[in-house]
Amino acid sequence: MKTLKIILIVFLFTCLTELKSDEKNDNLKNKILKNIRCLVCQGQSVYDSESDFAFSIKLIVDNKINDGSSEDQIYKFLRDKYGNWIIYDPKLNKNTYILWILPLLIFLLGGAIMYKKLSIK
Amino acid sequence: MKNKLSLIILFIFLIFCFIVFYKGLNNSNIYTPKITNKKNIPTFKAKDFHLNIDITSEKVFEENIYYIVNIWASWCIPCRKEHSLLMELSKNQSVKLIGLNYRDNLKNAKKFINELGNPYSQILIDTDGTLGVEFGAYGVPETFLINKNKKIIEKFVGPINQEIVKKIKLIIK
Repeated sequence: MKTLKIILIVFLFTCLTELKSDEKNDNLKNKILKNIRCLVCQGQSVYDSESDFAFSIKLIVDNKINDGSSEDQIYKFLRDKYGNWIIYDPKLNKNTYILWILPLLIFLLGGAIMYKKLSIK
Repeated sequence: MKNKLSLIILFIFLIFCFIVFYKGLNNSNIYTPKITNKKNIPTFKAKDFHLNIDITSEKVFEENIYYIVNIWASWCIPCRKEHSLLMELSKNQSVKLIGLNYRDNLKNAKKFINELGNPYSQILIDTDGTLGVEFGAYGVPETFLINKNKKIIEKFVGPINQEIVKKIKLIIK
């Protein structure tokens, strides 16, 4: 009876771990799909789209996660195939540096104006 | 003086915004990935359309010639339009055409080939579209030109036309 109890506990624990791992993969998959642009749709991510293209990308991402690929590796694969445009979150390069630096400049400029105004008062 | 300077800065900023948006109006809103550097053909395993056996990419592209990979489907209307041009290209001895049957019903695809002719030396089946993604395609029809070093040198999105056929013939001659 005791052995049976132990076997049951081990079995339940294994099931629970498997469920947790599936949930983790699903979360990662959704996170990645929401960050991929559907190239044949108007302003939709692959996650939101039901197009043929989105269907294929969803399958590819699913397979890559199951094969043990990391998030960055999946983005790199897609970037190699379709260019930077497919990722919503662009990497810093010579085409996107204004995009990254401009908010910082505006923040610094705003800060400087506020500092000046406050110090005058 | 200070107000005047602010007005000038604001004016320059507005002019800058106007130029950026005006230039943006002329850009095409259809995104086509550019082939900036020649990419290697992907390595894959796919099912043969006629024999229904697995075949590897090494076997498909084993000869030292140019290859044209054409993604098609029987449900795709522009594919019908470009088919006669593919038939014309298939007569050329220095190139082999490989068809990629994209997310199609096998029965309809066979009917399509029987009706319009078979320009392909080999047809591969891509039931879920993942093989198309390996090539960097996102729809049908799409055509890729592969050189003797097994690199993708040209990519044509949409149906090919006489101009594209001329361009391909110029490269492969």
